[in-house]
Amino acid sequence: MADNIPVATKALKEDFASDQDVRWCPGCGDYAILAQMKKVLPEIGIPREKVVFISGIGCASRFPYYINSYGFHTIHGRAPAVATGIKLANPELSVWIITGDGDSLSIGGNHLIHLCRRNLDVNVILFNNQIYGLTKGQYSPTSPLGKVTKTTPYGSIDRPFNPISLVLSAGATFVARTIDRDTKHMAEIFKRAAAHKGCSFVEVYQNCNIFNDGAYRLLTEPETKFDQVLYLEDGKPLIYGKEKNRALRSNGFEVETLELNESVENQDLPVHRENSESEAYAQWLSRIGDVPGLPVPVGVFRAVQRETYEQLSEQQLAGAIQKKGPGDLKQLFISGDTWKVE
Amino acid sequence: MKNIQEVSRVTIRFAGDSGDGIQLTGNQFTRTTAIALNDLSTLPDYPAEIRAPAGTLYGVSGFQIQFSSQNVHTPGDEVDVLVAMNPAALQAGLKSLKKNGIIIINADAFTERNLRMANFSENPLENGFLAGYQVYPVDITRLTRDALEKIELSHKEKDRCKNFFALGMVYWLYNRSMDATIEWIERKFSRQPVWAEANVLTLKAGRNYAEATELFATSYRVPEAEIEPGIYRQITGNEALAFGLIAAAVKAKRNIFYGSYPITPASDVLQYMASYKHFGIKTLQAEDEIAAIGAAIGASFAGDIGVTATSGPGLALKSEFLGLAVMTELPLVVMDIQRSGPSTGMPTKTEQADLLQGLFGRSGEAPIPVIAASSPADCFYAAYEAVRVALRFMVPVLVFSDAYLANGAEPWKIPDTEGLPEIEIEFAKAGEDYAPYLRDPETLARRWALPGTPGLEHRLGGLEKQDLTGNVSYDPDNHEKMVRLRAEKVQRVGEFVEEPEIYGDPRGDVLVVSWGSTYGTVLTAVEQLRKEGKSVSFYHLRWMNPLPKKLETYIRRFRRVIVPEVNLGQLRRIIRGNYLVDAVGFNRMKGQPISVSELKHAIEALLEEKNNGR
Ligand code: SF4
Repeated sequence: MADNIPVATKALKEDFASDQDVRWCPGCGDYAILAQMKKVLPEIGIPREKVVFISGIGCASRFPYYINSYGFHTIHGRAPAVATGIKLANPELSVWIITGDGDSLSIGGNHLIHLCRRNLDVNVILFNNQIYGLTKGQYSPTSPLGKVTKTTPYGSIDRPFNPISLVLSAGATFVARTIDRDTKHMAEIFKRAAAHKGCSFVEVYQNCNIFNDGAYRLLTEPETKFDQVLYLEDGKPLIYGKEKNRALRSNGFEVETLELNESVENQDLPVHRENSESEAYAQWLSRIGDVPGLPVPVGVFRAVQRETYEQLSEQQLAGAIQKKGPGDLKQLFISGDTWKVE
Repeated sequence: MKNIQEVSRVTIRFAGDSGDGIQLTGNQFTRTTAIALNDLSTLPDYPAEIRAPAGTLYGVSGFQIQFSSQNVHTPGDEVDVLVAMNPAALQAGLKSLKKNGIIIINADAFTERNLRMANFSENPLENGFLAGYQVYPVDITRLTRDALEKIELSHKEKDRCKNFFALGMVYWLYNRSMDATIEWIERKFSRQPVWAEANVLTLKAGRNYAEATELFATSYRVPEAEIEPGIYRQITGNEALAFGLIAAAVKAKRNIFYGSYPITPASDVLQYMASYKHFGIKTLQAEDEIAAIGAAIGASFAGDIGVTATSGPGLALKSEFLGLAVMTELPLVVMDIQRSGPSTGMPTKTEQADLLQGLFGRSGEAPIPVIAASSPADCFYAAYEAVRVALRFMVPVLVFSDAYLANGAEPWKIPDTEGLPEIEIEFAKAGEDYAPYLRDPETLARRWALPGTPGLEHRLGGLEKQDLTGNVSYDPDNHEKMVRLRAEKVQRVGEFVEEPEIYGDPRGDVLVVSWGSTYGTVLTAVEQLRKEGKSVSFYHLRWMNPLPKKLETYIRRFRRVIVPEVNLGQLRRIIRGNYLVDAVGFNRMKGQPISVSELKHAIEALLEEKNNGR
């Protein structure tokens, strides 16, 4: 494959803008995500021609049309499958999967978990707006219990997925969450995801201002956000609050909230470790946001190194050639029992 | 004195428990027969259960071979010799045995318990039940143990050699040399000399027993057939599909990406492909049927040759992605090894009932080229040609095989690799004036631009494409144009591939039109009828889409058209619709190939009509 990949070219932010009109609703959180992506890609330094955006179906999945790189708008829920083929065919490509909560947690749930377990080196950006937007407002697998939508006039009786917990159990090696309104944080997380070798999963809390406006209001309004959001920092304790005066720690499997004062100091608190060997810690962390009254963690939950799927695949190929020599068609045909007719 | 009779055509069926080594016995007889220069065709018949209990009817494993001094196109309808290693094998095999046919029986296995399991209320060897056949009960188990008296193996181990005793008797019956089998045993057990010795001793003991006891009054000789010189090997349909794909990849100098999900009877192909990684073949056992084709499409987008295989239920799951491949005009090969349906149906049994699904089973107007293999060895050429067409026309191609071809085997003349048609690919190049849907005026294929090439960045997707630019378009005129362009492109495949020739006269009374694995049966029936002077010709389709132009010409030149199929008449429906002709069907759905004699009767009935003044 190497012969098809010419020398890299340097790209600027504008270079990643495609000539297509962006067709999301005015005010949609998707715009902020697109803007950050276009800003971050040149900073990462991957040439445009090596970038591939792959999506399924839904509002989010229009994304590839708006980025001037290679792109593939596939079918509902199946972007991970297509991405797997692309990455195995050419591991040098930087592959991004753009998906939504309906796309990857409902119809495409199976592909998402298998993508994570294989640890293919791709970046999944899940736009979670807790609603079906493109089909005009039905509840999604992340809508909260009791949510009233067009298809749940009496309130939803489905319990929602926690996407972070799901992909952690499925084996994703980089797992993070960010919020559409916090563009700086989002850019940082995108860069980290791109830099990670292995399956990176980023959940973006995204506001659908048409069908589910304000789903994350408490996390984004200045009056509330400091008590509602906990920014994870590697090597630092789990601290939040406007004055950075509150902390979380585990007490057995329970979560304990602490007010920081003279008797409890930072150094007494356990610190956040992205690369903790045990996945249980990240799982514990991922469930905190589900508990009423506790803040929602954003940032990197877990980042560990494992061999990637495409590395293993390439090793097997190279190993087979080393062991058996490069495939010879004539040899193949006469393998097994043959006989000659004169 | 040995009384040798010359015969031209024989069908033998070896049958016994799954553990009796029936497939191995069959394969050895096949190899020896091929070396003796007879033409042949074989069909293994495995139990559906993985480990069926010993002695049961559903646990019977069979292997059938037809061989001849003339052409052989099927494993045979009626059996001349049945080798039954237990009562169940006898019970199951009797219905296809010819009148006065030979039965070689392992009498030791006719215990009360085994008889009961095979639904015999009395011992058929004792109550005259087998009158009308030539029955040879032999104490095969005991004689095997006797022959191995000096060998240091347990009774149980010795019993495992008994299939070679039966094989030795059959070798005597057909005047076959044992050399090839002895050589095989010695090679196979070179590291276990006890087993090599035991098996060779048993084989020889079987032959000597037949000779010394003058068991059979007569032995038979099948003269050599005229066989094209060359190097041959046995090949099953599934192996041939894998070889065809690999050959195409080597010729095209591209990697194959093979994504598949285990499904009977297609799983073998994934197994073969996974073992040929040194040919640069990447295999993915996907999480489901949908992911398998999705990954293959992704691989094609990135420059590999994407391939997936499945059976009917899996094809249904793949249909949405096939539509995407049609829309994005990427090369892709999908293989459907058909089995009896609907739903789970009879997974190990054959059928041709996916034709309409393959041709039309997608949302919207989504025609694709469809090719159907006609014999196990032909699977090689069908797979190879499918790759060629997919790459040349930038189109998904469907290959039909079925359970009969997948497991059936025939001698395959190993092709000269240089003689295989070239496969050239021209990618879009950096710096060229590229538009994703700019087409080759001749083939209408768009250009393949690989991610990684600077300047050719483009977006594909399932939304309707604007002509040339590939941008999303909802324009009414553009949509109609694109629907027609995609259909026209598939039609143009017809100018690239060869049309099949008619067998027999180009005009006459009855034309038989068929497709896929019925080839051997139909050819045999038509050959026989023509020998009898009947005005019957045969046109076997290869590309089901586009159909050959000559098909209509021939249809018009015959008084009647009959379409034999292992379905309710799916090709017949197409022929009637396309050509407004009153084609009749011959349809059997028993999970097995149609029988030559039944088909002959149906054709004869059509010929009779004329005499009755229709
Ligand atoms: S429907 Fe909602 S998610 Fe979709 S584009 Fe509009 S605002 Fe955004």
